[in-house]
Amino acid sequence: MLFLIIKRILLGFITLFIVSIITFVGTEVLPGDACTTYLERQAFGEQLEACYRRLGLNVPAYERYVSWALNAIQGDFGYSLSGEMPIKDVLGPRIKNSLVLASAAIFIGIPIALILGIITALWRDKLPDVAISTVTIFAMTIPEFISATLLILIIAIWLEWLPGIVIVPTDVSFLELLPNIILPVVAIAMIMTAHMARMVRSSVIQVMASEYVQMAILKGVPYWKMVFKHVLPNALLPAINVVALTIAWLLGGVVVTEVVFNYPGLGRLVIESISNRDLPTVQALAIILASIYVSINLLADLLTLMLNPRLKTLQIRK
Amino acid sequence: MKLDNIYKEEKKSAFAKLSEIIITMASRPSGLIGLSILVFHIILAFISPYIAPHDFKAIDPTLMLQAPSAEYWFGTDDLGRDVFTRTILGGRTALTITFFGSLIALLWGGLLGIFCGLVGGKIDDVVMRIVDAFLSIPWILAMLLIVSLLGTSTEVLIPALGFFYGKGIVRVARAATHDVIAKDFIVSARARGHSNFSIIWNEIIPNVRDAILVEGAMRWSWMLLGFSSLSFLGFGVSPPTPDWGLMISNARGLMSFAYWAVIAPIVGLSSLIIGINLTADAFAKALGIDRSTKAPV
Repeated sequence: MLFLIIKRILLGFITLFIVSIITFVGTEVLPGDACTTYLERQAFGEQLEACYRRLGLNVPAYERYVSWALNAIQGDFGYSLSGEMPIKDVLGPRIKNSLVLASAAIFIGIPIALILGIITALWRDKLPDVAISTVTIFAMTIPEFISATLLILIIAIWLEWLPGIVIVPTDVSFLELLPNIILPVVAIAMIMTAHMARMVRSSVIQVMASEYVQMAILKGVPYWKMVFKHVLPNALLPAINVVALTIAWLLGGVVVTEVVFNYPGLGRLVIESISNRDLPTVQALAIILASIYVSINLLADLLTLMLNPRLKTLQIRK
Repeated sequence: MKLDNIYKEEKKSAFAKLSEIIITMASRPSGLIGLSILVFHIILAFISPYIAPHDFKAIDPTLMLQAPSAEYWFGTDDLGRDVFTRTILGGRTALTITFFGSLIALLWGGLLGIFCGLVGGKIDDVVMRIVDAFLSIPWILAMLLIVSLLGTSTEVLIPALGFFYGKGIVRVARAATHDVIAKDFIVSARARGHSNFSIIWNEIIPNVRDAILVEGAMRWSWMLLGFSSLSFLGFGVSPPTPDWGLMISNARGLMSFAYWAVIAPIVGLSSLIIGINLTADAFAKALGIDRSTKAPV
């Protein structure tokens, strides 16, 4: 058990190590380096030399990787090119804002997804299922930027209920942020809820078809007692992993949503730093987003392991 | 003599099997809707240059932001271009790029997955760790980086998308290979002294093909989503090429005056993505593969 946990954590670190190499090599191999891409036409002579010296690009690549990685572990990602600011300070408020957005979406999304998933599974192929499933399929297939744009068009422009675009500075207090984040949260929660509801639905349907549930029905266990005691605990366990993967997958979608709403989070920073050709910041973002992905997955695995006695003696995952 | 007959029956049924699959897909309402939408979009992509009523790049300042009329069915955009023309042309680039991208993804992802599943051991471990690492970088960040450094031409976008959406197929192909690898016919093929290549080609591919094809169909819709997100963010095809993602992002700023310029491409893109999704789902069900418990990775 303990061995499995340690192995799982180690694997996570190995994955992150490879990610760091991929991002480093990626920015290294692609044409142009941080200085030439940033300075563009002025990339020659004195200015280029100064930039190289400032970023330490005049030493061999592997040495740079080692020092960058050592600093990154301590949370120091060096300086961004455009803002002349430590990347750490740029990232701080952005991470906070994105966290507010994501956690609000998760807190709203998970209960709704559970309820919808269970309803659609218990009334499978009946009217409630068909209606809800149609809506969830629409919500999960339509791109984030389309649902976000439609939300702005209908709620903010036609009905004029809420502001459509976030126009607050990066470091604003939570209460001031609140009315601004309702639409972005709805946009993200919608897709996430739809995904999770589908997973919960199929998980519950699978358990309902299992032999011990059939046995309980034959034994005459009251329907709702059976649902709550026998079906749900077993059905929701495998859903944890899938929910984690869904959340992690949405990291990409959050980028787009943040851009649509002009929300000052990590996602917009991704676009900004890439447009500004700020490769040190892009590297830092890649490693941070990958860490979030890896830790969410790790957390889900450990949670499943702890909640499921049967898995204690098995391999966690393939 | 008898063996010969069996062989002939197998051969003959290849086309029949395909039409059988399509009929099974169309027998479900969702499959029928998905197939019709997809076929409609594909036909439209082929014929739209010949039926487009206006020039897609003709800029006319006197016709800026006209509401829909008999002449301009979906109105005009901020440069006076006909939205109807641009909308029916808008799917061509997206469909072409994502179709060929999906093919590339299927090929390299499928083959690498089968290879890893068959060989196992150290090579498999190393490859899977690298695939895991790529999976944990958000797709949008990686795509944006490649596109912003290498450019947004079709020659860059197709392999880049094909590469990034293939990594998930590696896992599926590997898992499918693991399912068949211990079966008797593989063991006997090995005992007969067949090479790895022969085993992959003759024994494994026919058995894992369905699973990989279904995954590829699903990737197609995600790739379309990814590609249009790139266009929307300004990192996809370059103007004045008509493209839905680009059209939505351009018309978005003015949608309080001219909602038609944003609604038309939204309907085009959403219907195509939903069409591909429903088709892929029906395809999976027709082949008897359950995708419902899969996570979207």
